[in-house]
Amino acid sequence: MIAELGLALLWIAAALACLSLVAGTLYLRGGQKDLAALVRPASVAQGVLTATAFCLLIALFVRSDMSVELVARNSNSLKPMIFKIAGTWGNHEGSMLLWLTILSLSGALIALFEKRLREDTLIATLSAQAALGLGFFAFLIFSSNPFNRLPVAPPDGQGLNPLLQDIGLAFHPPTLYVGYVGLSVAFSFAVGALITREIGPAFARAMRPWVLFSWIFLTIGITAGSYWAYYELGWGGWWFWDPVENVSLIPWLAGAALLHSVAVTATRNALRAWTVMLAVIGFSMSMVGTFIVRSGLLTSVHSFAVDPERGTFLLVLMAIYIGGALTLFALRAGSVAEGKKFALLSREGALVINNLLLTTILALVLLGTLYPIVAEAMGEKISVGPPYYNRVAGPLALILCLVMVAGPLLGWRKDDGKKLWSRLPLAIFAGAAVLFALILFGGKVGILPLLGMTVAGVVAVASLAPLWGRNLRRTPLPTWGMVIAHFGVAVCLAGMGAESAFIKERLVAAAPGDVIKVGDFAVKFVGVKPVAGPNFTSIEGTLVATTSGGQSFTMRPEARTFPGLMGTAPTETNEAALLTRPGGQLYAVLGQPVTSNDGTADRYQIRLWWKPLVWWIWLGGGLIALGAALSLLGRAQLLGIWRSRRRRKSEERFAP
Amino acid sequence: MRLMLVLLGLLGAFTAPLAAQDRLPPAPYAYEQLRDPAKEARAKALMEELRCLVCQGQSIADSDAPLAGDMRHEVRSKIAAGESPDEIKAWLVARYGNWVSYDPPFDRATAFLWLGPLLFLLLGGWLAFGRFRRGASDDAEDSA
Repeated sequence: MIAELGLALLWIAAALACLSLVAGTLYLRGGQKDLAALVRPASVAQGVLTATAFCLLIALFVRSDMSVELVARNSNSLKPMIFKIAGTWGNHEGSMLLWLTILSLSGALIALFEKRLREDTLIATLSAQAALGLGFFAFLIFSSNPFNRLPVAPPDGQGLNPLLQDIGLAFHPPTLYVGYVGLSVAFSFAVGALITREIGPAFARAMRPWVLFSWIFLTIGITAGSYWAYYELGWGGWWFWDPVENVSLIPWLAGAALLHSVAVTATRNALRAWTVMLAVIGFSMSMVGTFIVRSGLLTSVHSFAVDPERGTFLLVLMAIYIGGALTLFALRAGSVAEGKKFALLSREGALVINNLLLTTILALVLLGTLYPIVAEAMGEKISVGPPYYNRVAGPLALILCLVMVAGPLLGWRKDDGKKLWSRLPLAIFAGAAVLFALILFGGKVGILPLLGMTVAGVVAVASLAPLWGRNLRRTPLPTWGMVIAHFGVAVCLAGMGAESAFIKERLVAAAPGDVIKVGDFAVKFVGVKPVAGPNFTSIEGTLVATTSGGQSFTMRPEARTFPGLMGTAPTETNEAALLTRPGGQLYAVLGQPVTSNDGTADRYQIRLWWKPLVWWIWLGGGLIALGAALSLLGRAQLLGIWRSRRRRKSEERFAP
Repeated sequence: MRLMLVLLGLLGAFTAPLAAQDRLPPAPYAYEQLRDPAKEARAKALMEELRCLVCQGQSIADSDAPLAGDMRHEVRSKIAAGESPDEIKAWLVARYGNWVSYDPPFDRATAFLWLGPLLFLLLGGWLAFGRFRRGASDDAEDSA
């Protein structure tokens, strides 16, 4: 029953999306004024129904209803409850339903809370959101139905990929999806404003909280994903420039550019066409990412050809939405004036350069991600990886950071170069100090980490400069947000630089009792013992790490084996042990047993890394998200509503 | 880089460890470092640029796949024998094609990959600076 009800709800929600779209269109073409009243409630109902359908799918996973194909393929009755729930979105169909749920809920939230836009722009926005929903409902129902029943229910399910059975990863995709799909709101706002030609500060102010909101989630999602890869994959890498990572980074870059350009539009009524363009690009990149990941293109062009139905469906949807929005933009571009002018040396000027660099980085990451796919289709097999991105994106990112130093210290419209210099000496001194210290004491450091840490020093000090001489209690929240986010970039950059420059690695085959030296630690391999988990068996090693100061810490890395379920092969994973110290992290992995020549197997492969300041990378990511959250809080409509309500009350009190 | 791996690198250098997943045990240098820190650093840098051919988006420096282990052994052995990273890479590219290297060469097929970002930057810069020239002189006139 549950599965059938879920599917029925999806159909009704799709019908409501259709209703919003038709009613909105008829209203906007003139005449049918009363139809507009339908759009808001229909959007809200669509959101509620889709969310209910998603909850029903969770219920099916919780009950381990193996008559449902999706549950049988991706779950198992022996799994811990939390991973049964997480299994709901750990697969194609479930994750697409989650995607659509967030899309529909966003529409519902606009319908409920957006009060600043003109009525016709709001209806156009909701119609655009409904149009987006409609296509993805069709995709879900016709080619990825999550509620499909099996003719015969198997006794139990095939389980979830053990790599994904991790609490961090359980909540990573939903976070990222909120960010991805949250950008759809900016897209719909842009389309709505293009249709009614209402592009200006009011539109920018209405859009800004949504951009901030989804960007916060993208930042948290990417940071958490990076940390997950770091501790779960067992080799201590935190960013691989893997296509799946890249397609999450691309919308993040678009969001970062958009929230800076929307600030210019909201404050100075400038860069209007560009802001609209970025809003379209942002969600388009989310769709491109979804397409690349979901179509199977990633593994190979050929895996796309094996099951082309879903890929082609997504490709057509994408072509309609992106093509439609761009056509609308081209038609209206003439009537969208860029707005107020400004000098190069001004806050706006710095933000334009920020946008130029961010979009260039976006374009090159997209190019590097798609290039191998296109090349393969033309008969060339090439790989694009870290060497390319570090060499091409690295320098651009460092220049971007330097622009970030100057931007917040410049005034709007026009500023004086000499004044800018007078605000910078402390920051330049900090950078120089870092550079000299690295050259004198750092040993052989690569050029990119060296420059990275130097720029981090400059940015760290300069990012605090906007607070200089201000009454900190009266400083508005968005200013705090900017300062904290920019400081977070410095922290993150310093972590990346220090980790790549000063990492220490030891790979050995060790017998119990052996002592391995790495960095400042002497690590003693005490021994191993078997451990039984809820749905795996494991060999747990015990290591005692002693610092040169004499402090000792116990570390317990594990090598886990998940049995194959319903005829699948067993899977092995490494659970690294991490020791976090103020100066960095000690990372230990227990590998496989090693047999000596005489046949005894008393030694184990042990991998140890000392990673200086590595946790600063994620601390920085967290600070960036925190800064954006403070900005959002400072600008959120809720606060505005609360304030105006208080004002109204006090006015009413004094009214005659 | 201050790598101290004189003592323990010796321990298991020429024994045959047992792999649970694969029939054949991994080769000695798959999970062990070279004794000379300078050589190990060169090997490590090269391994990070080589694709693990059977994995999804991982270099041979961070994969548990048996093939990645064999390739690490190959790279470390050749570096130990005195070959340069470029020679080893050329040898691998001759065997597996450019697919094996994460650092694509500059040739006709990849020209746009390498020059594209520069084109984007120039195009974007040209568009943006066009705006400044017009904008620098006037003050606060609203062109809307």
